[in-house]
Amino acid sequence: MTPAPGVWTITRRSLAKDLRLEWRSKDAINSMLFFALLVVVIFSFGFDPTAEESRRIAGGLLWVAILFATVVALNQTWTRELRNQVLDAYRLSPAPPQALFLAKSLGNFLFVAILEVLMVPLFVVFYNLRSVGPVWQLLVVAVLATWALVVNGTFFAALSIRTRSREIMLPLILFPISIPALLAMVDATTSILTGESSPVFWIRLLTVYDLVFTTVCLILFEPVLNAE
Amino acid sequence: MNATSQPTLAVSVRDVVRHFGRFAALRGITADFAPGKLYVLLGENGAGKSTLLRIIAGLLAPTRGSVRVLGASNIREVATRFGYMGHAPLLYDEMSAMENLEYFAALYGICSRERCAEAIRTVGLDPALERRVGQYSQGMRQRISLARAIVHSPELLFLDEPFSNVDLRSARQMTTLLAGMRDRGRTIFVVTHQAALMEPVADECVVLDAGRLVAREKGIPARLLTPYPAQERAPVPADAEARR
Repeated sequence: MTPAPGVWTITRRSLAKDLRLEWRSKDAINSMLFFALLVVVIFSFGFDPTAEESRRIAGGLLWVAILFATVVALNQTWTRELRNQVLDAYRLSPAPPQALFLAKSLGNFLFVAILEVLMVPLFVVFYNLRSVGPVWQLLVVAVLATWALVVNGTFFAALSIRTRSREIMLPLILFPISIPALLAMVDATTSILTGESSPVFWIRLLTVYDLVFTTVCLILFEPVLNAE
Repeated sequence: MNATSQPTLAVSVRDVVRHFGRFAALRGITADFAPGKLYVLLGENGAGKSTLLRIIAGLLAPTRGSVRVLGASNIREVATRFGYMGHAPLLYDEMSAMENLEYFAALYGICSRERCAEAIRTVGLDPALERRVGQYSQGMRQRISLARAIVHSPELLFLDEPFSNVDLRSARQMTTLLAGMRDRGRTIFVVTHQAALMEPVADECVVLDAGRLVAREKGIPARLLTPYPAQERAPVPADAEARR
């Protein structure tokens, strides 16, 4: 008999499959990019800040824009598994449920990371941003913050997958639980951009948040996947 | 013969009840199914055939009662040993047949491209076909769906309406394929409204009505074929009569 497949093997195969599907359909990336671009442009018309004010508000604006755009992508993630009831094929297989969750989270992480890479230069231009603090710290915050958004988002998107109004359900569940992470990512970004305070506390908070929620989501994903 | 020397039942269902809200889809089904046979589940729409199949395959939990598949009460323990083909094709429209099968085979720990190609050839399609599944005809999708269900060579196979939207010739080919698998010792459950197609190859039919198992008979009796035209019947394999 064939041995049961390992978590990393299935994670890798499922991630490759998701990237291939996204490359062909561009469902998530297109809707995310369009939405985020709209938010940046509209914000830029709404405010006319000085360079100093920009550094204070840019963290908040950037992460709120990314959070909203992420929700758009998260809804797409599981929708493609519902078409043709493909999720049932996974549920029937001996593949570990955690592998599917990890693959989806990593896929979403990549999509949001691509969005950030495209969005940040726009923000710099529109808001005339110059960081006072070290830029490499922004990179650390970006990685931790993006994972915080996608790990919870992927989990709650799976949870709301079978509800009739899942587009509304997801932000209703996700936003309240993301408040500590959102606070940490905004304050860490503002601290680095203004250089007025150390972002270390917020980075630690984000790290703990990521570890706790990744563990909890991995443990709880199996009943969520098999829920009717 | 004592109980311990008896072969393990393919499926054993005990007092299975399933409610959807206030609607009772299954009302206390109890049945044992021996291995190596081809069972056809018949009944009108809403009789509970698909629900029973989904419960046996572990996709639905019974409201009450128990199910054992290949001797295991936890279906995940025997996940590598059975295959399921549902109403929906359970395939990604944006990927080709080969890409789909390679992914689903990997879920069973199979990384052999040749084995995927063999499964596609078995259902009468060309593994080199690069078109995406979304561009296939309904019949081709059904065949690929069957290939997905058998790619890991399961000893137990559950098929829910495998012939829906399939032309007569293809349906006959699928029937012959299923008969061949049964002859090699596989146990097969087929839910269908096209009883005439399965008549030449079925070992036993199980009739459900309003969530109850109302009859089990050898083969498919003529009275159950009457709503279906005779030309739907598949060619009779040479050894079909002998097996009965």
